[in-house]
Amino acid sequence: METRTAHALIRFGLGRKGAEPLPADPQAWLAQQLEGPDPALRVAGATTEDGLLAIREQRARRQEKEGANPVRVLYRAEQAKYVANLLSTDVPFRERLVTFWANHFTVSLKRGECAATAHAFIREAIRPHVTGRFGDMVLAVMRHPAMLMYLDNAASFGPDSYVGTRQRKGLNENLARECLELHTVTPASGYTQADVTAFAKVITGWSIEIGKDPVGYVYRRFAQQPGDKVVMGRTYGEGEQAGVALLAWLSQHPSTYRNLATKLVRHFVADTPPEGAVRRVEAVLARTGGDLKAASLEITRLPEAWTPLTKLRSPNDYILAVLRAVDLPADKRPPDVPGLMAGLGQPLLTAPLPNGWPDTATEWAGSEAMLRRIDWAYGFTGRVAALDPDEVGRLALGPLLSQATLTQMQRAGSRRDAMTLLLASPEFQRR
Amino acid sequence: MIHSSMRLPSLALSRRQALLGLATSFTLGRASLALAAAPGDRRFVVVILRGALDGLSAVVPYGDKALAALRPELMMGQPGAAEGLLDLGGFYGLHPALSGLHAMYAAGELLPVHAVAGPYRIRSHFEAQDYLEYGADHAMSSGWLNRVAALMPQTKGTTDTAFSVGAVVPLLLRGPQPVGSWLPKTFAQPEPDLYARLAALHRSDPVTGPAVAEGLKERGFSKATLAGSDEPANKYAFQALCSSAGKLLAAKDGPRLAALEIGGWDTHAGQKNRLAGPLKQLDEGMVALKTALGDQWGKTVVLVMTEFGRTVHANGTGGTDHGTGSVAFVLGGGVAGGRVQANWPGLGPGNLFENRDLQPTADLRAVTKGLLAQHFGLDQAALARVFPESERAAGVSGLLRA
Repeated sequence: METRTAHALIRFGLGRKGAEPLPADPQAWLAQQLEGPDPALRVAGATTEDGLLAIREQRARRQEKEGANPVRVLYRAEQAKYVANLLSTDVPFRERLVTFWANHFTVSLKRGECAATAHAFIREAIRPHVTGRFGDMVLAVMRHPAMLMYLDNAASFGPDSYVGTRQRKGLNENLARECLELHTVTPASGYTQADVTAFAKVITGWSIEIGKDPVGYVYRRFAQQPGDKVVMGRTYGEGEQAGVALLAWLSQHPSTYRNLATKLVRHFVADTPPEGAVRRVEAVLARTGGDLKAASLEITRLPEAWTPLTKLRSPNDYILAVLRAVDLPADKRPPDVPGLMAGLGQPLLTAPLPNGWPDTATEWAGSEAMLRRIDWAYGFTGRVAALDPDEVGRLALGPLLSQATLTQMQRAGSRRDAMTLLLASPEFQRR
Repeated sequence: MIHSSMRLPSLALSRRQALLGLATSFTLGRASLALAAAPGDRRFVVVILRGALDGLSAVVPYGDKALAALRPELMMGQPGAAEGLLDLGGFYGLHPALSGLHAMYAAGELLPVHAVAGPYRIRSHFEAQDYLEYGADHAMSSGWLNRVAALMPQTKGTTDTAFSVGAVVPLLLRGPQPVGSWLPKTFAQPEPDLYARLAALHRSDPVTGPAVAEGLKERGFSKATLAGSDEPANKYAFQALCSSAGKLLAAKDGPRLAALEIGGWDTHAGQKNRLAGPLKQLDEGMVALKTALGDQWGKTVVLVMTEFGRTVHANGTGGTDHGTGSVAFVLGGGVAGGRVQANWPGLGPGNLFENRDLQPTADLRAVTKGLLAQHFGLDQAALARVFPESERAAGVSGLLRA
């Protein structure tokens, strides 16, 4: 395996799956993965409508103790499909981008009912736009019931709206604030508290229907704050289209491009993103009006993206890389992947805060966190004791497998110890 | 090549767990146990020392004048000295950590077999362990102990008494005769030695290096522990498994075959400190096995073996590297012990195998065949199936008392 191939598989992918064929041209392989619609969308899954109906059912039966929670049943089934896809996908670069954007627009199970729509959110608001335009993704996210629930906009009412005046309900700025701070322009753009409040007023009425059919996103005219609102110097009138226009403007703001370019380069290149690399991706976003496919391809063309790997795999990346490397045959009982992810500190779709999971080594390389990886690797290797560690190492890491690790593996007292040394080695932690 | 092991009916587990006496928080480390059924009341236990035991440190030929010059830093005190060797009749001495085995030797129940090796001459742990367990120098579809179970007449073949404690059934017992697997619900942790190797690999990494070092410190691993001079963290695991194995084997309707394993023998550095711990665990384990077997000790034969020996010369880091000839132990109430079985090859110039290893003068298969023939009455045809292509390694007679 050539070093560029290893980098394509590891830096841009989820690690090589067993002895899967190697791409002849690593860069072309990456580009190819962004062609056409996301293949994961071919597998049927629960829709937002299914999820909201499950919430309705669960709310109605809350008093009764019997039977399974329909939200939990739905989530477990979706989670199993999601994990199975990550373990077997042939378009790992696209999956990495899906994970990146789903984390950029975090919806977390910390808000319990979000479990009902969290996977539908990824399928409906993230996947269709990973190779499309950022503005379309922002709009899809901001009108998705999962996000409207997670960041409370469904409970936000214009203080002077019909509902606001009669039911004494008021504004909730949560979604507007995070959209400015995290999703688009960031504080670097210089917005003020007044801008946050005005933005929140613009998107009053962006809500969810759960109680009656049809369930789903709904614009509630009677919750919309009347009158004009001024956000970052621009005036927006009443109605849903004002919010659509505001999001379109924010999604094409230079500060937004700067934010996205920095995060993308930090994710794929280095914890401290090289300025030149950020500028190149930023320029592509500006030139194309936020074309995410063009931006993703630009990252693969950065010389900095083919230098030695320095990023630390997040716990979930690490688990997936190990499981793909050993490529358990179908007759082996698969490990409880979501349980493992929780055990190593990154429970699936359960980031603590709206800013999502961190993306730097210092956040993941805690002392106990590293030892847990070692202990898990050791525990796991007991299940794959018949595999040849040298072979697994050669297939998964190719030229990145260090002589020091190889020497320790060859000196190990058992296959299991050798496999542990491989899976817990420094190079296996890198991507 | 992955062997899937059967899952056991959950009903039987609580009873097994009770018999085993293992708390759910028990960490097994590199010790494991597997059992299988066989007819009759004879018991047979195989203990695999995974990682290659330095036979010259376990049963020291202190009477060989060449020894001290070849490995001065690994020498122990003469018999009679403080912390000295435990004498085995004037030429050999047991490592001082093996006091329980020494008592068995005195009672005529321990027979060390020295300068012994399997038929292969490779120094790869993994291949050698595979061959040791296949009973052949090539891959087979079953381990030799499973073939023993299959060849014995009227084997019931119930899964109730056959199972393995640990994540996997050892190769030795894999095959058509059913053996289940039972894993205590614990997050297994490696031995300090493996942590130490990983800490060394990570040391130069600016991100993971400090994290791993700090984590081990927080977990209470001192530098001394990682250097190997302290006892391993789960030093009672093997003893507990031996005791459990003894109780199960002693039961009237219990299993008759057991495979135990214990690691920690791969002493490439600091061997003098590192070896005492595992040897003590082995010693305490064998005493616990004998105690738990009670009256059935007389009907039990235990074979302790390792995949190969280690270099006669000490290396540059106070350890030894992969070698060839080592030592095996035969234990039991009916063993013709109280002596060392060896055709001693000598350690002088020209006597070493490839000028580095103890020259093997006995074949491990011949020892095992001798035990199986006398203990279970297996005939030549059966033995040839247990150990294929072993015609030249004829069974050694007289290892057990008539």
